[in-house]
Amino acid sequence: MTRLPSVPEPTITANVRLGDRVWSILLTAFGGAVLVVAGLIVIELTHVAQPLSGAVSLWKFLAGADWDPVNDSYGALPYIYGTLVTSAVAIALAGAVGVGIALFLTEMAPPQLRAIAMFPLELLAGIPSIVYGLWGLTVLVPILRADVEPWLQRNLGFLPLFKGAPIGLGYLAAGVLLAIMILPTIASITVEVMRTVPGTLREAALALGATRWEAVKLSVLPYARPGIVGALILGLGRALGETMAVTMVIGNSPTISASLFAPGYSLPSVIANEFAEASGQTHTAALAGLGLILFGVTMALNAIARLLVAWASRGPLRKS
Amino acid sequence: MSKTLTAAVALSLVASAALAADPLLITGAGATFPAPLYTKWFSEYNKLKPGVQINYQSIGSGGGIKQITEKTVSFGATDAPMNEEELAKAPGVLHLPTVLGAVVVTYNEPSITSLKLSSDTLAGIFLGKISKWNDPAIAKDNPGVKLPDTNLTNVHRSDGSGTTGVFTDYLAKVSPEFKAAVGQGKAVKWPGGLGGKGNEGVTGLVKQTPGAIGYVELAYANQNKLPLVALKNADGHFVTPSTETTSAAAAKAELPPDYRISITNAPGKDAYPIAAFTYLLVYTDQTDEAKGKELISFLHWAFHEGQAFAQPLDYAPLPAAVVARLDKTLATITVQGKKLAAGK
Repeated sequence: MTRLPSVPEPTITANVRLGDRVWSILLTAFGGAVLVVAGLIVIELTHVAQPLSGAVSLWKFLAGADWDPVNDSYGALPYIYGTLVTSAVAIALAGAVGVGIALFLTEMAPPQLRAIAMFPLELLAGIPSIVYGLWGLTVLVPILRADVEPWLQRNLGFLPLFKGAPIGLGYLAAGVLLAIMILPTIASITVEVMRTVPGTLREAALALGATRWEAVKLSVLPYARPGIVGALILGLGRALGETMAVTMVIGNSPTISASLFAPGYSLPSVIANEFAEASGQTHTAALAGLGLILFGVTMALNAIARLLVAWASRGPLRKS
Repeated sequence: MSKTLTAAVALSLVASAALAADPLLITGAGATFPAPLYTKWFSEYNKLKPGVQINYQSIGSGGGIKQITEKTVSFGATDAPMNEEELAKAPGVLHLPTVLGAVVVTYNEPSITSLKLSSDTLAGIFLGKISKWNDPAIAKDNPGVKLPDTNLTNVHRSDGSGTTGVFTDYLAKVSPEFKAAVGQGKAVKWPGGLGGKGNEGVTGLVKQTPGAIGYVELAYANQNKLPLVALKNADGHFVTPSTETTSAAAAKAELPPDYRISITNAPGKDAYPIAAFTYLLVYTDQTDEAKGKELISFLHWAFHEGQAFAQPLDYAPLPAAVVARLDKTLATITVQGKKLAAGK
């Protein structure tokens, strides 16, 4: 206490205070702008979707499977289903591979290799989605049709997931393509997260006689779990909204099928496909309604994901 | 005929020479299907009359109708004619056919070198009822052709488009079952099959998928050397799509005064059954004097000299009878309420 006076008194002039205030107002405005933009999007979409309320009941729009612009009958379920299924396939594949890549790069590979390997991985994130789509249509789909899908059918054909004619285009193609697209996001964030795991945790596990895998399982994964879940959420966000690449490989057929081989459709794809030439007010309104649903699905999944992060970050504390 | 025309062009050249310092800008927007031809027309016309520059944005038929309704452009362009509801919002809009296009059926089954289909079989394929290449219906249309026992996948346009509009217009006309199950429209509910975005998307899917069959525009199919299906027309002949057989479809059509007519399943021995006009949309009364005059003289040029540019670009030129009718319609266009002299 007696030493306090020796600290030089901070000289705050009125000028600085004014600058601080302006700065804080400015930043608040920037932050608020995000909310305002999101709000305006919802208001505008609701406004455009308004004529739909006279034509189709809300329940039929959300749970109906019939999308027929000629007879003004609109049901969004096949699109919601397609969006969720392709995103789920993508997250399952990219999550497993991405975390695996991150584990290899942080736990096993020499540090020089990490720098070299991260570069092409981050490069993948910069490829435009239309290029992914072209590659998917010309390279991935023929491989799926000729090799992967027949193999799955022979060995796992008893599952409803792998029934039906292997035509290549469909949920599986879209899911695999999305997985490749979101892999860099998931892998690079997971690498960063795993690097923050204190070395002492690892060493402690190893000193107790744990194998390398046990050290990862007991110390690295629990510590990094919230970060990994966060990485998956970011990947999911991209997968849900991806339009062009999905349109090119999903088959664009609004059908609900348990088989991953079947052609499907997704929310962003149908909006992109039909909006430019939408005939009549109700059709346009229905497409705006799909936009609202996509908005809602993204919000709901984000909320669930936040709960997951909260749950995941409790993990290591409970263990200790 | 051509003498009065040269005179007309010469006259407008003199007229535009006065304005040469500041080129007159006319803008239009609409259908993507005729865009390559229109671009060619505008650049050729600009060589002829450097004082007039026409800009065209190929944003799709729907956009063209929207823009001409809001009067943000001097002319719109659409593949399918406007319906009553749309016309009510844009009173005084004229439909002027410029050229014809055709929708062709293409397929990917290398063992079949030439394929013929009747309207019922085609409807059956796109209703998803025919799923094998050796289906009895296909065999009946192709006597003597050995058909493989492979899967048949139909491919349609996933985006809303005039091509789908014309194709479904034909199928709904020839098949009551198709009309009841699917109907006619730019975007319809297809029972199964694969969807590709744009002509290039459908072509890509057909090329990629063994056993696929899909529909694209004639110009696109010709430029990409796709195998074409000969279709049975209203007179019972199998007709291979070409610019000639497409023009033939319009030759016997009974044109209504506003040109809004579907010429699918047209009569005539050589008429290809899935043909359609593509239209420019202009107001009967032009509000801008200079632009209105130039637009009319351009339209006159397009209906006469311009037709020669159609065939090399795989569009079917208008039959002479239609051009004669159009000359009369052009004469009815007024500029600020006043008629122009001598029907040009």
